[in-house]
Amino acid sequence: MNARESLAIIAITCVAALVLSVLPLPHWLAILRPGFLVLVVLYWSTMAPLAGGILLGFVCGLALDVFEGSLLGEHALALALLSYLAIRLHLLMRAKPLFEQSLYALAALVLYEFVLWAIDGWTGHGTRSALRWLPAITGGIMWPMVVGLLGRFHAPR
Amino acid sequence: MAGFGTSVSRPLYVRGPSPGLRFSFYALLSLVMMFVDQRSHWGERIRFGLMAVAYPIQQAVNSPSAAWQWLAESARTRAQLRAANAALIARQRELDLELLRYQALERENAELRELRTALPPLTKKWILAEVIDVETDPLRQRLLINKGANDGVHLNQAAIDASGIVGQVARVGPWSAELILITDPEHALPVQIERNGLRTIAVGSGDARQLVLPYLAVNSDVKSGDLLQSSGLGGVFPAGYPVGRVIGVRREAKQLLAQVEAEPLAQLDRVREVMLLDFDAAHPAAPATAAAAAMAVDATPPAVTPAAAPTGAKPAPPGRATAAHTRPAMAKPAAAAVAKPAAAALPASSPPTGER
Repeated sequence: MNARESLAIIAITCVAALVLSVLPLPHWLAILRPGFLVLVVLYWSTMAPLAGGILLGFVCGLALDVFEGSLLGEHALALALLSYLAIRLHLLMRAKPLFEQSLYALAALVLYEFVLWAIDGWTGHGTRSALRWLPAITGGIMWPMVVGLLGRFHAPR
Repeated sequence: MAGFGTSVSRPLYVRGPSPGLRFSFYALLSLVMMFVDQRSHWGERIRFGLMAVAYPIQQAVNSPSAAWQWLAESARTRAQLRAANAALIARQRELDLELLRYQALERENAELRELRTALPPLTKKWILAEVIDVETDPLRQRLLINKGANDGVHLNQAAIDASGIVGQVARVGPWSAELILITDPEHALPVQIERNGLRTIAVGSGDARQLVLPYLAVNSDVKSGDLLQSSGLGGVFPAGYPVGRVIGVRREAKQLLAQVEAEPLAQLDRVREVMLLDFDAAHPAAPATAAAAAMAVDATPPAVTPAAAPTGAKPAPPGRATAAHTRPAMAKPAAAAVAKPAAAALPASSPPTGER
């Protein structure tokens, strides 16, 4: 697969994930909803670290900032950090079985949420609700599904 | 690490700076953006453009539910429409009668106030906006509406529906705007108990069915069933609009403050349409500091806009805005919203002037 094709696929999957993450859902489901875009960025940063790079994380984070109405740059920073770590550790991550990958993804998502939580707190928008950590957990659980689904869109290694 | 194959058939890190350097660049860029968004008005402008870019996607996400509504609307039978029409005509007649009485009362009121002429209407104009069915953040109480700066929507505009105050405009894009609801934990609304005129602040709880009144003393005259209306202080909402109804008062001897809960009158979790109001500043019921707020809008945020005006929200430790209710007198709440409540919650509160 050539680079251009994979860029198109990355863009399409990211837009699809963005749509999924703003789709109106009943409240109890919305609380559980994993950060689809975060998972997709994590996937591409791990599986195709050259294609999107940190720029992908930054741009997707900026999109989340606009859609969620958060401080401009907040999600961008967190997601750029996530994709940087994923790019640095992608070989480690890929070598693991799917279950262990889920644990890594969970750790990454918790870190991501922690960065958001810290920035929210520093800027005076803090929510004390423990519910905000739920998407990280559901995201970790959904990681194998993300790998299974997105794996179809590009040639395996 | 170079030389390992990736799914993209190029060796890793052959061009450009190292990932660490790139990350530092993007991190710095994000930090600058956050700073700008928090501290200056440039952030508003950047966001204005970005909201325009986001609008098509939001419309697309909204389209299934919009299409369903349209379909349901067009599939209504003639009989249903006739019934609805008859009901509306009956309602119209009722309202006409009420309006007659209301006009008489207003004349009488003007006479009592020794005003020579009848007052002009309070609202200069209003904009009807529909809610775009898009999720923002489930832990915050925000709504996206389909009217923006091009339709005359501006920051801190009050939004109401037929039954009460809904919220205010927090962010504006060209064709869309984001509302912060009165039940958002970062929102505080100056209210007055209709029965006795007691002024206080209603703070959002994060739950669409609940408001909290954290600044009422244990001995204050408030009871379940009291109607809350906006007091007109704070420069955003006009006086006298219904806000909510007190549903629970708990008094504990150990504590200085009563724990009062209220239920918003507007159906905040299923509101479909809101009205955005523009006021006549000369009207007595207009927001108290409207003129001041309009003047101060470049320098400081109007009083009741915690997160709403990112320019003014000061950094605060996490959870401070909501935590402030335990000891409002001691706590110096950092969010602009709650800084004001502390002042207005004092029993003999004068109109807070120059509040930040």
